[in-house]
Amino acid sequence: MKSRGLGYKRAFRASPIFAATVLASAAQADSILAPVGPVGAGDRIILLDALAIMLAIVIPTMVATLAFAWWYRASNKRAVYRPDFTYSGRLELIVWSIPTLVIFFLGGVIWIGSHRLDPFEPLPSKAKPLEIEAISFDWKWLFIYPEQHVASLNRLVIPVGRPLHFRITSASVFNAFFVPRLGSLIYAMNGMVSQLNLEADKPGTYRGFSAHFSGDGFSDMKFDSVAVPETQFANWAAGVKGAPLDRTAVATLLKQSRAVTPYTYRGVDTSLFDAIASRKLPPGEGPTSGRGGPGTRNAMPQGGAP
Amino acid sequence: MLGKLGWDAIPWDQPIPLVSGAIIILIVLGVLGWVVAKGWGPYLWKEWITSVDHKHIGIMYVLLGLLMLVRGFIDAIMMRSQQALAFHGGGYLAPEHYDQVFSAHGTIMVLFAAMPLVIGLMNFVVPLQLGVRDVAFPTLNSVSFWLTATGALLVNISLLVGEFARTGWLPYPPLSELRYSPGVGVDYYLWAVQISGVGTLLTGINFVTTILKIRAPGMTYLRMPMFCWTALASCLLIIAAFPVLTATLAMLTLDRYLGFHFFTNEAGGNAMMFMNLIWAWGHPEVYILVLPAFGIYSEVISTFSGKPLFGYRSMVAATLFICIVSFCTWLHHFFTMGAGGDVNAAFGISTSIIAVGTGVKMYNWLFTMYGGRIRFTTPMLWSLGFMTTFITGGLTGVLLAVPPADFLLHNSMFLVAHFHHVIVGGVVFALLAGIAYWWPKAFGFRLHEGWGQATFWFGLVGFYVTFMPMYVVGILGMTRRLQHYDVPEWRPWILISGLGIVILIGGVICQVMQLAVSFLRRHELRDETGDPWDGRTLEWATSSPPPVFNFAVLPQVKDAEHYWEMKRRAREAARLGKEPDYQPLEMPRNSPTGFVCAFFATIVGFALIWHIWWFMIVGLIGAYATFVVFAWRDVPEYIIPAAEVARIDRANREARQEALSGEALA
Repeated sequence: MKSRGLGYKRAFRASPIFAATVLASAAQADSILAPVGPVGAGDRIILLDALAIMLAIVIPTMVATLAFAWWYRASNKRAVYRPDFTYSGRLELIVWSIPTLVIFFLGGVIWIGSHRLDPFEPLPSKAKPLEIEAISFDWKWLFIYPEQHVASLNRLVIPVGRPLHFRITSASVFNAFFVPRLGSLIYAMNGMVSQLNLEADKPGTYRGFSAHFSGDGFSDMKFDSVAVPETQFANWAAGVKGAPLDRTAVATLLKQSRAVTPYTYRGVDTSLFDAIASRKLPPGEGPTSGRGGPGTRNAMPQGGAP
Repeated sequence: MLGKLGWDAIPWDQPIPLVSGAIIILIVLGVLGWVVAKGWGPYLWKEWITSVDHKHIGIMYVLLGLLMLVRGFIDAIMMRSQQALAFHGGGYLAPEHYDQVFSAHGTIMVLFAAMPLVIGLMNFVVPLQLGVRDVAFPTLNSVSFWLTATGALLVNISLLVGEFARTGWLPYPPLSELRYSPGVGVDYYLWAVQISGVGTLLTGINFVTTILKIRAPGMTYLRMPMFCWTALASCLLIIAAFPVLTATLAMLTLDRYLGFHFFTNEAGGNAMMFMNLIWAWGHPEVYILVLPAFGIYSEVISTFSGKPLFGYRSMVAATLFICIVSFCTWLHHFFTMGAGGDVNAAFGISTSIIAVGTGVKMYNWLFTMYGGRIRFTTPMLWSLGFMTTFITGGLTGVLLAVPPADFLLHNSMFLVAHFHHVIVGGVVFALLAGIAYWWPKAFGFRLHEGWGQATFWFGLVGFYVTFMPMYVVGILGMTRRLQHYDVPEWRPWILISGLGIVILIGGVICQVMQLAVSFLRRHELRDETGDPWDGRTLEWATSSPPPVFNFAVLPQVKDAEHYWEMKRRAREAARLGKEPDYQPLEMPRNSPTGFVCAFFATIVGFALIWHIWWFMIVGLIGAYATFVVFAWRDVPEYIIPAAEVARIDRANREARQEALSGEALA
């Protein structure tokens, strides 16, 4: 992968130093080129393959553009002026076929990739997937573990090496659930349930966030996803403390709040996710005012539990 | 009485909009004062505000577009500086304000900068290239322009009165519904875009009619210059796509104003349908912008390579191919909503198929240069900058069209980098090339070459320094529209991007300097003959600036490069063809209809935004009355006598003859 990654950067900046810097930082940050699970790895391979296919045609074209422009400059007396060279059936055939063939090839990659990496498709694994229900509120993420009867706000704890099956919805506006190093993102939408299958191969803490703008508190709509060994996960789930997650607790979550410190719930009403997804519960409240709206502007609560 | 409008509508607590609003008001008052003091009012009213001449309307469109380009650029400076400062902190723009800035930036740049610039160039150039006197519906053309100006005005009023949308440039519900956006911001967006959208649709109808029905005798479809073809394709897209936008926004308006539930979270609303519909307009919209840009490059590359466009028929086919396929790709904007493998794959493939059309164009430009004699003027530099830049921008676009790659890159800074890569590198470069190319035709003097090339280099370098780092932070997992962040790895790239904006500011300064210097030195830069670039198409056959009637006698077109052939024969003989038989000409009369309509449309828009119902009724009655007055107008168009036509044309013929004789002697 390393050599391919290098070529990729060079295409953009033609600078090996630049490429080295990017690769160095790519290794440490939340780079999509440093996946920690099969989905992210699969997405990355498709991305790099598509890139390689296109670079094979893009680089020669760029070189030809600069070369032609330079050679046929008006001051170059050695260049032959051919004002009548305005059509060539053979060239037109080539001109249409090169991009067409490339797109044929790429089309195959797209077709296979779209099916193999469809977020709704379960991962091929013998282990039974861990069920997680993710709900986006304004502006925090709630993760419900229905089998463990616990829930966690703004912090996702997952076992390493076991497939994860997410069901995702939104209690208010659109958001997108995304942990770059795990792979594919998918939307959280009110009245709809999206599914996402992921898996973490390595223990660690990976940044997760909303990848769709959702209003004023959007920038703080992030969470740590902590991948731990299976036994440690079981211990965590068994030892989770906190208030029960019931309709009253959800009513608090439906109010807008920003940069909420993570906390947990113990004793979860497992019908809540479906109640929100099927709109049996009212949607997020929204702001009480806006400029030119009813009433005056109010201050949002900043930080801490809502 | 005043609806929701009150003193609290003005953002007293926010110094930035307050001060900038005050500065804008002072500038506007200053300009108005200057106009009154100089006594230019009647001239402006007669020659510009009420003009139905496509050339004047085109120039006003370009002026509006340039002003809005600066406004949108200031927003961009604020966004880049905010992100540069907002590492582990809040920066200087609160989210409530920052969200308005990026929403306004996108809306203004696409709808009130790029669109007016593209339509402005189409207005100015298309009738000249077709060898005709005006567009099909001159007064409607003026209405189109003024309605677009109304939309731009409303967006700018929102700076000081109320707020702008805080939802992004496409107001996705449920965020844009009343529950989550109770302020007037989204209403400003809706009415500004609706009113200007009517103007754009009228432009589309006007130009399709013009190109299909009014061409010089002998100008068959396959003799039309490439820019006319791309303008036709673009206007067909406008006609097909803008009604979708109007309908979609009308549904959102019904939700917000009358309690409907098209896209709400309640009562079975489906917000996903909004994405579906808005992108059915939104994706063709980028081709509405980029197709005329391709046309501009075709003209510029052909002229400055001293060759006809290579593979003309292939280019026409590629244009129409893109025009049609661009309507079959919109779903790639929401691969990540879980449509499933089949749907995603189908739209991923249809999207990458567009690259075939663009690829064909790229190669044909390449072969136009092959065997040419290339002059590296400013427009040609922009075109070469485009060819080398756009191809990688297209590459990242096709990358995003691959669903599994999009699953990682959707809504990331990589995406932001991509669409700026193609819109700046494709559309903005073309507009700057087009303005430099047709400037002498419009004003009778060329633009200063040195400042133009300085603008190009600042623009090109600034563009790369600003947008390439965004690809990197996108790969490092940075999503768009973040008001603050705390990932140290992103910081250096965000700072480099901020540096890029500084370089771009240098480009803007050079551009302004170019206009100023060229104006001051207009006498030495004068274009005497009307053909400063040794052009190939009909607009260069008339004087610069062209007379109100464009051509003394309509050209009898005999081949694809009629003007070039005419010029070749004249060069061989060292003299012009024989003087034509001048006839009196009938030209459309000026009309204030457009301006008055737009005045009332502004009232309607503003009143609807603030729920001032009586004022809205006043506006509606006024607009309708204006229409009735125009419809019942019973004065004939005016006649330019043959002697006057002859006098104007002879002056140009003399200049051309002189140039020809000079050439023959040399």
